[in-house]
Amino acid sequence: MTKQVKQLDRVIIRFAGDSGDGMQLTGDRFTQETASFGNDLSTLPNFPAEIRAPQGTLPGVSSFQVHFADHDILTPGDAPDVLVAMNPAALRANLGDLPKGATIVVDSHDFTSRNLSKAGYTENPLETDALAEFAVHSYDLTDMTVEAVKEFGLSRKDAGRAKNMFALGLVSWMYGRPTEPTVTFLERRFAKAPDIRDANVTAFRAGWYFGETTEAFVVQYEVKPAPMPPGVYRNITGNLALAYGLVAGSTQSGLPLFLGSYPITPASDILHELSKHKRFGVTTFQAEDEIAGIGAALGASFAGSLGVTTTSGPGIALKSETIGLAVMTELPLVVVDVQRGGPSTGLPTKTEQADLLQAMFGRNGESPVPIVAPRSPADCFDAAVEAARIAVTYRTPVMLLSDGMLANGSEPWRIPEVEDLPRIEPGFATEPNHQTTNAKGETVEEFWPYLRDEDTLARPWAVPGTKGLEHRIGGLEKGDGHGNISYDPTNHDFMVRTRQAKVDRIAESLPPLEVDDPSGKARVLVLGWGSTYGPIGAAVRRARTAGLEVAQVHLRHLNPFPQDLGDILKSYDAVMVPEMNLGQLSMLLRARYLVDVVGYNYVRGLPLKAAELASAITDLVEATTGETPSSVSDGHQAPAAVKESVR
Amino acid sequence: MTTESLPFPGLQHVPATEVPQTGKDFSSDQEVRWCPGCGDYAVLKAVQSFLPDLGLRRENIVFISGIGCSSRFPYYLDTYGMHSIHGRAPAIATGLATARDDLSVWVVTGDGDALSIGGNHLIHALRRNVNMTILLFNNRIYGLTKGQYSPTSELGKVTKSTPMGSLDNPFNPVSLALGAEGTFVARTVDSDRKHLTAVLSAAAAHRGTSFVEIYQNCPIFNDGAFDAVKDNDTKADALIPLVHGEPIRFGAPGEDGLGAKGVVRDPATGGLRIAEVAEVGADAVLVHDAHADDPTTAFALSRLTDPGHLHKAPIGIFRQVDHVSYDDQARGQITTARAGHEDTALELDALLHSGDTWTVA
Repeated sequence: MTKQVKQLDRVIIRFAGDSGDGMQLTGDRFTQETASFGNDLSTLPNFPAEIRAPQGTLPGVSSFQVHFADHDILTPGDAPDVLVAMNPAALRANLGDLPKGATIVVDSHDFTSRNLSKAGYTENPLETDALAEFAVHSYDLTDMTVEAVKEFGLSRKDAGRAKNMFALGLVSWMYGRPTEPTVTFLERRFAKAPDIRDANVTAFRAGWYFGETTEAFVVQYEVKPAPMPPGVYRNITGNLALAYGLVAGSTQSGLPLFLGSYPITPASDILHELSKHKRFGVTTFQAEDEIAGIGAALGASFAGSLGVTTTSGPGIALKSETIGLAVMTELPLVVVDVQRGGPSTGLPTKTEQADLLQAMFGRNGESPVPIVAPRSPADCFDAAVEAARIAVTYRTPVMLLSDGMLANGSEPWRIPEVEDLPRIEPGFATEPNHQTTNAKGETVEEFWPYLRDEDTLARPWAVPGTKGLEHRIGGLEKGDGHGNISYDPTNHDFMVRTRQAKVDRIAESLPPLEVDDPSGKARVLVLGWGSTYGPIGAAVRRARTAGLEVAQVHLRHLNPFPQDLGDILKSYDAVMVPEMNLGQLSMLLRARYLVDVVGYNYVRGLPLKAAELASAITDLVEATTGETPSSVSDGHQAPAAVKESVR
Repeated sequence: MTTESLPFPGLQHVPATEVPQTGKDFSSDQEVRWCPGCGDYAVLKAVQSFLPDLGLRRENIVFISGIGCSSRFPYYLDTYGMHSIHGRAPAIATGLATARDDLSVWVVTGDGDALSIGGNHLIHALRRNVNMTILLFNNRIYGLTKGQYSPTSELGKVTKSTPMGSLDNPFNPVSLALGAEGTFVARTVDSDRKHLTAVLSAAAAHRGTSFVEIYQNCPIFNDGAFDAVKDNDTKADALIPLVHGEPIRFGAPGEDGLGAKGVVRDPATGGLRIAEVAEVGADAVLVHDAHADDPTTAFALSRLTDPGHLHKAPIGIFRQVDHVSYDDQARGQITTARAGHEDTALELDALLHSGDTWTVA
């Protein structure tokens, strides 16, 4: 039968099931199909910290949200248009996020009294009017899967496992996704288990045919490809892009990459990824603890490698003393913090950006460390290259602040040409740099490890094996120039100021900030950093669509701040700073520029919601200018935003 | 003491010097600032005079230390060096030794640095068998912080922080190193220059982690801790020298000219005990086998050390076995992976394009 095809400009789908149901894989496959189709997209995986929480319970629900469109989009979306729920718990856990009229595709197989009660239902919502506000497609997907794959002779349990592929096939049909990438993927993944491979491919196809043939689905939707700049694209997660960026930092500097790391969520994937790339001369050292991870990385830096350590907030706490040693010894080191909910163990699998002040100040003494933050999953690549540039050029540890949303979220990435990547010059010291006169009146050539470059204030990097440049470094205060231990009060004051001046000087190498203020008339600026780029951009667009004038600036460099930031802040009547913390950037801006910024702060372990933020921006524009917009709502209910001054 | 000849396997990739060196070449211009009479001076002197014998380029030698009196050591040697942070020297040295096979890497640490705050890094460096030599200066006290008990201080020790006596059982560093799968484990004494140099030489020769405990006197906060093993009147009965292939005999000479005491197996416990050779017969005395792969006997020898006030201690090489080192394997994996992939620009381009891609015209 011929089905009606409806055009949509964007769709948000959330796949939800038990953590053993393969929802991350299902979401990832749908994303790959969507990417190869040419839509712009953004994804948000959401999973419990427990590997396998008790089956069928609310804590065990794992989900994957994908937002795709025929135009450029910035966020994984606030609320799903479609929920695919594989069991009662998945339905219950996600129902509250659905707007009225949303579509629900549900596997009714597990809606037994036992599983309903595990999910906290007293009656079966599929049999009451509990879902009356939604378009519900309820089928026993599990039974249909088992029936479809019975020829392969799998046990009922194994056969039922392919139900995620059946659901994927069905949803792929609904949105006209290409099927070849998934079939190829399944053939590769299960190459060694032919019956599992065949069962999955068959279930996937059966799901597609079910959508195509059954009268239950009368409409197929189409989301046309998004116009994008020419180039070769791939879909990429933040952790993968960050790992590639580190490899690029190594090849572009000619320094072998040494990663010292200890596994921690959500950073471990960077360790896993880099361990595959030994052909680039990458060494990955899984250390006995966080401290040894960074210690070995610093040792490798002393030896002339690009030392890197990767972790999350709790690991940064343990590494702090060694970061201080890197500040004192002035050796290059990249410290990656994939931020998660805190304090303490906090929310290991959820996102947050509350480690900014830890990165900035979390060490004893005056211990300045440059900070770089990527703004989207694909941007993790460029941010990692930039962190390597600063570390090597200025001989300093650099904090690279990613977060859980960037790490696991994905988006299309236009793959750069290798020849367009920046070169990084290590400029190793090779000969003595200072002359003295000895007791006999002869001139003697010496190497002074703390004699600085006039432009960058960086000290020379002389690696062991370089003849005549033998020297000792360490954590004790150094005498200016010669670098021997010095307890001299004036010298200490001078060295403290010099280390700060060196970090401040990085600002001279930064490009001017990009101010997005289309009319040039905005009186309100929204300023952000890190992964809030997407929600802020989406919210600013909504406000502009509603007729408001709003400017947007996003910071990549948090320390030092770009040189033009102060003037930009002072040129607006009001500045809003949205953050997934209680106002950490706000505090830094207020302290540095004496600008009374307005915080917009949520720490829910999830990205900021664009609709709520748009509403808060609207309020601020109104309060500042007296204008009233037409409407910023797009049909999604926006709860009152938390607006407060800092802390 | 070592059966290895130059160039040592432990230093096989380190370039040799073309110009003969002397101890003076290894002295830095920094004034040595330990307390008068400190055992560290003797070790420094021994190291400075022994390093030229290795025949290595000075610029390819690196000393890494932690925090404590002994950790000032690198400042006084004109090699590359890093005086790092408390307890972390083995971790830093692991990165250094893994990144470069052309360096001779030394760690200088103390009983507090290596066994308290840095215990974790020490045992993991040992089990990985990273190519480095760890010198543990054991003075059985905290010197730099002015006299608190250390993890090797005897039980009940009265110090500034334990006015009624310490409650901590001490570590036996040699037992600990053997338990951590150490492939080269030795003990020597600061005041015995000849023995010290022989042990250091064997340690440098070894490929993998070499662990050397050096009994070292702190004249200020723990003076006399090693008197029994250093005093000419008592040391013959206190020190039990271990020499590979030789029966373990010590004490005043017996009828056969060797020590009257010997180490024998105790059939009742399977352990070792000390006996009068005249009573048990020379054939019953254990012949030291440092190369035995099974560390059981080496461990039993380490237990002959007094845990309290030191009246008895074996010295020499307890264990020296050939096991593949972590850093050799790590570099080996990279060499294997690189073969045929040397063009990094090409490889990077291929990496960035891996997986599903699509083209927008």
